[in-house]
Amino acid sequence: MECQECHKRPATLHFTQVVNGKKMEVHVCEVCAKEKGYMTYPEDSFSFQNLLTSLFNVESSPLGNNGNSNSVFTPAEDIQCEQCGMTFSEFKRIGKFGCASCYHTFSDRLDPIFRRVHSGNTKHHGKIPKRQGGDLHAKRQLEEYKLKLKELIDQEAFEEAANVRDQIKALETKMRGDDK
Amino acid sequence: MTLQHFVDEATSPWMRDEGPDNDIVLSCRIRLARNFANVSFPLAAEEDELEKIMQFFQQEYTHQSFQDFQDLEFVPIEELTPTEKRVLVEKHLISPHLAKYTKAAAAVISKNEQVSVMINEEDHIRIQLYFPGLQLDKALNKAFEFDDWLEEKVNYAFDESRGYLTSCPTNVGTGMRASVMMHLPSLVLTRQINRMIPAINQLGLVVRGIYGEGSEAIGNIFQISNQITLGKSEEDIVEDLQSVVKQLIEQERKARTRLMEQSGMRLEDRVYRSYGVLKYSRIIESKEAANCLSNVRLGIDLGMIEHVPRSILNELIILTQPGFLQQYAKKNLTANERDVLRASLIRERLKLENE
Ligand SMILES: [Zn+2]
Ligand SMILES: [Zn+2]
Repeated sequence: MECQECHKRPATLHFTQVVNGKKMEVHVCEVCAKEKGYMTYPEDSFSFQNLLTSLFNVESSPLGNNGNSNSVFTPAEDIQCEQCGMTFSEFKRIGKFGCASCYHTFSDRLDPIFRRVHSGNTKHHGKIPKRQGGDLHAKRQLEEYKLKLKELIDQEAFEEAANVRDQIKALETKMRGDDK
Repeated sequence: MTLQHFVDEATSPWMRDEGPDNDIVLSCRIRLARNFANVSFPLAAEEDELEKIMQFFQQEYTHQSFQDFQDLEFVPIEELTPTEKRVLVEKHLISPHLAKYTKAAAAVISKNEQVSVMINEEDHIRIQLYFPGLQLDKALNKAFEFDDWLEEKVNYAFDESRGYLTSCPTNVGTGMRASVMMHLPSLVLTRQINRMIPAINQLGLVVRGIYGEGSEAIGNIFQISNQITLGKSEEDIVEDLQSVVKQLIEQERKARTRLMEQSGMRLEDRVYRSYGVLKYSRIIESKEAANCLSNVRLGIDLGMIEHVPRSILNELIILTQPGFLQQYAKKNLTANERDVLRASLIRERLKLENE
């Protein structure tokens, strides 16, 4: 397959870009990928910056699932991170956050962006920091117990279910204790 | 100067170890992006805040060692010469991005070069761990342990629902990029690679050639890595990557067998011609050198060439990059001078192995 930009070299990079809900295939060579900003450094930095920027600017699709699906951002509605001063429109332009608080400030508008970049995913399911994540570890454990409990009840394994229920109670008591 | 050993040798000590499937997988890497809580990301932070992070690493981790990874050395980017920076980039110890920074940027590198931590690159912390051959699980476990070890002293920017918060939305969540460097000469020769790459992309993985200035992978070396970092656990990401890599290994092995059966003599001719070029040429460009090295390496894997170690491809591909050549010559070289020095280094290295 030849590169869709230069029509000379073979396309070695292939992306799917979603524009207005329509999937578009992008096939480019590395030279054009670099030139067009799909990729900036030879090592590690498969930078999606330009690709991202173009994704962010697709505003016709509903943003967020919080009901305000017809919101169209005008500069007046631009929001700014108090911590680092980055505005949402600036973030869209450069494709990078200024600080951790940006994630909270822009939170409502991020789901659609993450969904596009991470194949529909918006929530973390990986590692939790060992020292900082104390309560989170317990929370995740609790979720696992609850799933297990439901499974056991479905299987009518009531004796085991009672055990798991006790474990849940113990964990919940412990978590409340930690909060004090 | 403590930096010297990092720039003198082309192969990192860990590269000399054997790893599983290392006839096809040269190395694997886990990279974790982390940030300090309550400090803006390098892009938006004040310089003195970034300086503080540098100093923290210098004070807390210099000459510390983590498990069997040996002494950690603190390398401020500002103090490096352009050639030294280039060499560290060619060895993948720092990114080209970090090499461009002049202030408040550093790397912490273990003496065996298996671990390197970039400080104030796009994120405050980028931990990289390398392993020879296909050992993604082991690399992930070690990366987690190293991460936990750092986290004893650092408060990370972490959010319950978004995970590890990073400067770029493409890294948020796990902050992890797992990648595998593969030598796939037969899949390139039979052009099978061309239809495999789009299929791999569909699975959320990215395939790239290394050092590729143009459209093709130099030396038939490809890097496969995960694209998605949010919504999947690190273990699942690594498992998905590993299963694709295993399929590629199988396909490459099949293609090698088929090539040997169907056109063994032509393959042998190709291998020995390349060997001849490397052994006798006086001027050689980097691309030709890389392609010949790839053929010789294939010849070693197929048992045609003996007495040359497998590591020759990894070593000479790095050693014959412009940064290394200049480091070796101790001066700046023109393109033509580099081609002459490259040829002579390769000749010397191959003769060495014959003795
Ligand atoms: Zn092109
Ligand atoms: Zn911010």
